[in-house]
Amino acid sequence: MIGLGEHAEFIIAAYAGIAMGLALVIGWTLAAARSTRRRLAELDTRDRSDRA
Amino acid sequence: MSIETAPKISWWNRLAHPGQFVALTRPLVWPLAALTAVLFAAGLWFAFFNSPADYQMGDTVRIMYVHVPTAWLSQFVYATMAVSALGTLIWRHPMADVSMKSAAPLGAAFTAMALFTGSMWGRPTWGTFWEWDGRMTSTLVLLFIYLGIVALWRAFDDQLRAARVVAIFTLVGAVNIPIIKFSVDWWSTLHQPASVFTPEGPKMPGSILTPLFIMFFAFTFLFLVLQLVAMHTEVRRRRIATLERRMARGSAA
Repeated sequence: MIGLGEHAEFIIAAYAGIAMGLALVIGWTLAAARSTRRRLAELDTRDRSDRA
Repeated sequence: MSIETAPKISWWNRLAHPGQFVALTRPLVWPLAALTAVLFAAGLWFAFFNSPADYQMGDTVRIMYVHVPTAWLSQFVYATMAVSALGTLIWRHPMADVSMKSAAPLGAAFTAMALFTGSMWGRPTWGTFWEWDGRMTSTLVLLFIYLGIVALWRAFDDQLRAARVVAIFTLVGAVNIPIIKFSVDWWSTLHQPASVFTPEGPKMPGSILTPLFIMFFAFTFLFLVLQLVAMHTEVRRRRIATLERRMARGSAA
């Protein structure tokens, strides 16, 4: 690992902020996708049984 | 009409069908995600292990490898939304408003990241976290526009009606994009002018351009992956709303 010089704290803070921001965006996108897929599967099953 | 005489469905019309869109684009998600991961790994390796400190800014130049791509995406995502808004208003393309709605929170997130990394770069370089100059203020306005659009989508139950209102709002807000781009030329500012895409070519050495371009593509592909996943989710959400309405009508009858 290289030394980050006298302003290392700003470089680390910038990359940590990006890591946190990306983790939040990716996590939120995947969580929304999973819960929507689960709800749709439930409704599809119920819809099919109602029609039968 | 026989199968021979039936008109062929163009790719444009095929993409207009939400189910077809999901079926056609779902196989792209994992390969694009893998490519994004490889680009991030390579970009971070170059950023920390194989690029020099700048002769003026020292190691703080490494903040550029995350600041410039997020700043680029803050504008690119808005351009995507503006094109989608035209798709909604002119062609009434069903996937255009899905694209508009999915991109707004992603654009807000990338804009917030650009502002944060910019202030982390500004403090050691200019001596201040924030300055009310043209570039920074217009980017903050862009963040508020994104948040306004997200709120506007949530204010409507009828998503088709929301799409038209949001499309007009998006196109009006698009005037801010050239203001952000040219703010450094129009007004006196602490922010440096364009140094990559200039008529004379890039004003930085290849050893700094390489990690910058790799991170630029890494972030852009990440947006493409997230946008596709978010669009698939939005298509499913609309299907859920349709099924819930049908069931509510069924139970009321």
